Amino acid sequence: MNPDDLLAKVKYKPDNVSHLIPNEDICKNCKNRVCEYICPAKVYEWDKEKEKLQVIFENCLECGACRISCPYKAINWSYPKATKGITFKNS
Amino acid sequence: MKVLPVKNLKTTDADIIIVGGGPAGLAAAITAAKGGAQTVLLERGDFCGSKNMFGGAIYTIPTLEVYPDFLKEAPLERGISRHTYSLLGENDGTIISYEKKPKNEFFNAYSVLRPKWDRWCAQKAEEAGAYIVPQILVEDLIKEEGKFCGIKTANEEFRGKIIILADGVNSLIAKKRGLRKEIKPKDVALSVKQTLSLSKEKIEDRFNLDENNGAVHTIVGGPMLGITGLGFIYTNKESISIGLGISLQDLNLQKTPPYEFLEKLKNHSIIKPLLKDTEIKEYSAHLIPEGGYKKIPKLYYDGLMIAGDAAMLVNNIHWEGTNLAMISGKYAALTALEAINQNDFSANSLELYNKMLEGSFILKDLHSYRNVIETIENNSETFLGYYPQKINEFMETFTETDNIPKREKYREFISKTIKERGFVQFASDGLKIAKLAGDAIL
Repeated sequence: MNPDDLLAKVKYKPDNVSHLIPNEDICKNCKNRVCEYICPAKVYEWDKEKEKLQVIFENCLECGACRISCPYKAINWSYPKATKGITFKNS
Repeated sequence: MKVLPVKNLKTTDADIIIVGGGPAGLAAAITAAKGGAQTVLLERGDFCGSKNMFGGAIYTIPTLEVYPDFLKEAPLERGISRHTYSLLGENDGTIISYEKKPKNEFFNAYSVLRPKWDRWCAQKAEEAGAYIVPQILVEDLIKEEGKFCGIKTANEEFRGKIIILADGVNSLIAKKRGLRKEIKPKDVALSVKQTLSLSKEKIEDRFNLDENNGAVHTIVGGPMLGITGLGFIYTNKESISIGLGISLQDLNLQKTPPYEFLEKLKNHSIIKPLLKDTEIKEYSAHLIPEGGYKKIPKLYYDGLMIAGDAAMLVNNIHWEGTNLAMISGKYAALTALEAINQNDFSANSLELYNKMLEGSFILKDLHSYRNVIETIENNSETFLGYYPQKINEFMETFTETDNIPKREKYREFISKTIKERGFVQFASDGLKIAKLAGDAIL
């Protein structure tokens, strides 16, 4: 299942730069990639060809689940800058 | 980049700086401002509530303590008159409800939408004289000679006598400053929620509610059978909120994204009819502190106190969080006012905050439930899998009519149950429950 239909209902003001910065060396050797399925916005996807973790930070719901779940603490996680990121209206 | 409102203040320092405009921070702000302190609250969102999410409902009695006019003025959705508990099997379920309608009085709880509710609270705090400044991301604290005395944004510093940290469950600042241990997956639950639009009439028909009355559904099992998670439904004025919270540790093991659990819950045969013809208005996610009493960090330092989710003050068993946040925020502000009065901002002076928490329902309740989540998490297959299913199995036996004599059916149910579980296991399960009950009442 793809959460795109859900994410289309969220109001975002995305930044130009990512507030989520994975450690590429650690991610390359990661076996379970818990970030790929723990994220409620499917922000993380392993790109096999590029051998790199794709980070669609624009979809981030700012929950922090990836930060806490990553067993290697490999995601440098901060909030988006002020005025950026999600704005909930009906939650 | 927005500039801090220092020019509006009488001096360049505030008495009290509050980080975070959620229930804890705003309760602190209004209390501090009413007490006459120069109070500045900084919120990273576009407005207070814009980054916030919960089930959810607020509780009248604790809320009245902070906002005496809220019943008349606040943007409330529905007064909660019914609590429904559903134990879902794979495709059946046992449901019980408790209902109470208040007579001319207020309800015990009201459903609210956080972007509206928190914003209203911010407005009340502003009216009381607090400076509420949105669109400011606090990145660190200023600490001098071992004492906290201000905050830092990306390009500014701002000083105050006392800092109240109410920056939510992730509290990156508490983490950065080593004020609490790194959160582990078993200390939080991940909650996802969809707000679904549905007309007022349909909500009242479908949930069998009087006008403007509301229901809260607590859901055990279904797609979460055997794992540490609960589902919820709250009715709002013209929408319903459906979601679930699952222990991050269990979710890590399940390897299934949280929105898939929610989709399965929405499609469960018992739940689906409630959601017919709804449209998704919004989707949201948030972490819920779950560690309870044992995971509460030290909450007072020289010049600083921690309140609300940042302090891990949540009572999961009762869906209580905003009330603990509001009251802890209020206590932190009262302590700050007293400290300003005494001109003593040391940890020694701010220990009063901890004493107030200890004397209140907040730490008493969390202490009563100190082993509950851990016990459930360690035995989730038993308490959130086996027994809910067994109850449904019994109800099936009890309600189905066929040509088999009842006595034979009961005997078979009992012998099968004993065979699959064994006396020793039953005794052990019973002891665990008895121990938790003992914790709560002794």
